[in-house]
Amino acid sequence: MKNRPEIAIETRKLAYHYPGEENISSPAVYGINLSVKRGEYVSLIGPNGSGKTTLLKLFNALLAPTDGEVLVEGISTTEEESQTEIRRNCGMIFQNPDNQLVATTVEEDIAFGLENLELPSPEIRKRVNRVAGELGLEHLLKHPPHLLSGGEKGRVAIAGILAMQPSCILMDEPTAMLDSKSRQDVLGAVRRLNREQGLAVVHVTHFPEEAARADRVVILHQGRLIEQGPPALVLNNLQLLHQLGLQGTASSELAALLRTDGFSIPQEILNCQELVQSLCSSELKN
Amino acid sequence: MSRSITLGQYMPGESLIHQLNPRVKILALLMMLAVMFIVQTFYALIFLLLFAVLLLASSGVPFSYFLRGIRPILYIALFALVIYFFFTRGGVVLLRIGFITVESDGVREGLFVVTRLVALVLYSLLLTLTTTPLSLTHGMGYFLKPLKYIGLPTDEVAMIMSIALRFIPTLMEESQRLMRAQLSRGADFESGSIFRKAKSLVPLIVPLFISAFRRADELALAMEARGFRLGARRTRLHEDIIAPRDWAVLVFVAATLAAALVLNI
Repeated sequence: MKNRPEIAIETRKLAYHYPGEENISSPAVYGINLSVKRGEYVSLIGPNGSGKTTLLKLFNALLAPTDGEVLVEGISTTEEESQTEIRRNCGMIFQNPDNQLVATTVEEDIAFGLENLELPSPEIRKRVNRVAGELGLEHLLKHPPHLLSGGEKGRVAIAGILAMQPSCILMDEPTAMLDSKSRQDVLGAVRRLNREQGLAVVHVTHFPEEAARADRVVILHQGRLIEQGPPALVLNNLQLLHQLGLQGTASSELAALLRTDGFSIPQEILNCQELVQSLCSSELKN
Repeated sequence: MSRSITLGQYMPGESLIHQLNPRVKILALLMMLAVMFIVQTFYALIFLLLFAVLLLASSGVPFSYFLRGIRPILYIALFALVIYFFFTRGGVVLLRIGFITVESDGVREGLFVVTRLVALVLYSLLLTLTTTPLSLTHGMGYFLKPLKYIGLPTDEVAMIMSIALRFIPTLMEESQRLMRAQLSRGADFESGSIFRKAKSLVPLIVPLFISAFRRADELALAMEARGFRLGARRTRLHEDIIAPRDWAVLVFVAATLAAALVLNI
């Protein structure tokens, strides 16, 4: 089980307490058994304080589990000497792109992780150029980060991770601070990498529409994993979502309202297109 | 607004001087400064000044930048001239106003000192205008390396400097945003005594500090997530190579220094 190569991240009975937290009975995350396959796109949703960010930090070895374990490519995150390897393998992108760009130019920033890996300069140069090409950043290599747009900063952050050739990208609400064009820009890039290079993605998001495009949606609540499955099922479980203060996609919410008004619409509606199609076909039947 | 913020005095360019290794440039500057203090004759000094002008022209940096760089020292130069003109005795009396005299030695020495000052500033500008603050930092970091043996973490200091450079524009943007936010709520940063003005900056500085600390926290996390470890060895994207042309410049400058010492001009 441990070395099954198709699993990128696996957790077993994972629990984490923030030190100094007084209430021992409510850990930040508790009893999480989750595995992310290679090339899988997993969305993580849940109300504020449900432990989503904590979980990502545990995957990236920024936090060490209080109980249970996290295996990244079969390596436990508690092993001190493999931390750098785990962080290379499982890159993390944070919410505010401004606060994760370290260097004074785009190319130096993309190179930052590679410099930490002690790669030789020609190899760093090669990878920086390749990754910049993949993400459409070639023309910005010499630019300082403060002259970039939000979407460009987001892509630079991804490029810095991608250059380390990870098998998995962890994203903590990478689009929360972006306008809708930049959001498309960043997510489009990630989705392409997920499809074309088989990069596993764990995406924490507050937007149901973003979660709907994943392979699997996982719901966290009070540090526990309470539901997971394909988006069409999980995001249409509106009763559960509303109970947690979450929402389905606009289309699934609308479909539910139409259903209560007597329209016969199938359960698994996620986006406008599906909704329109089912409405039109039911209209035609009538 | 952030686009108008320039860091340091760097002017981008492709000239030979731009492309020299920053370590070599720093070392060459130090040697040229030494030459400036060694030469005794006016002719040698004028020659050095003309050479500086020649280098300026070849760097492709607009001349106005150099003039702007010299402006701050004009007052010092003027002050020095007055002192030398009126208080140095010797030579022929050129001008007599009552008991005040201007004598030829004073004029000569005054002009000499001022020319030297201008030349010093020009050579220094040549360095700061053609080198990015970051490579300047790395270059100076190299010369600080020996301090490692007395326990100074020089690599970390260089990292701190480069992060500071990275965040100056970001924090300036932020302070402008805060200022506008406070202005929109009726804050007044303009009127009153200096003391009142300073006091009115408090509601600006406190939130700026808080946000800077929060940024620092997140940045540290992001750096760690990308495999940065304190004290660990790192490689560099830009290799710090001393090219043949760098050696040529070093040899040339060293020869100038030796000539100045030996010829006693």
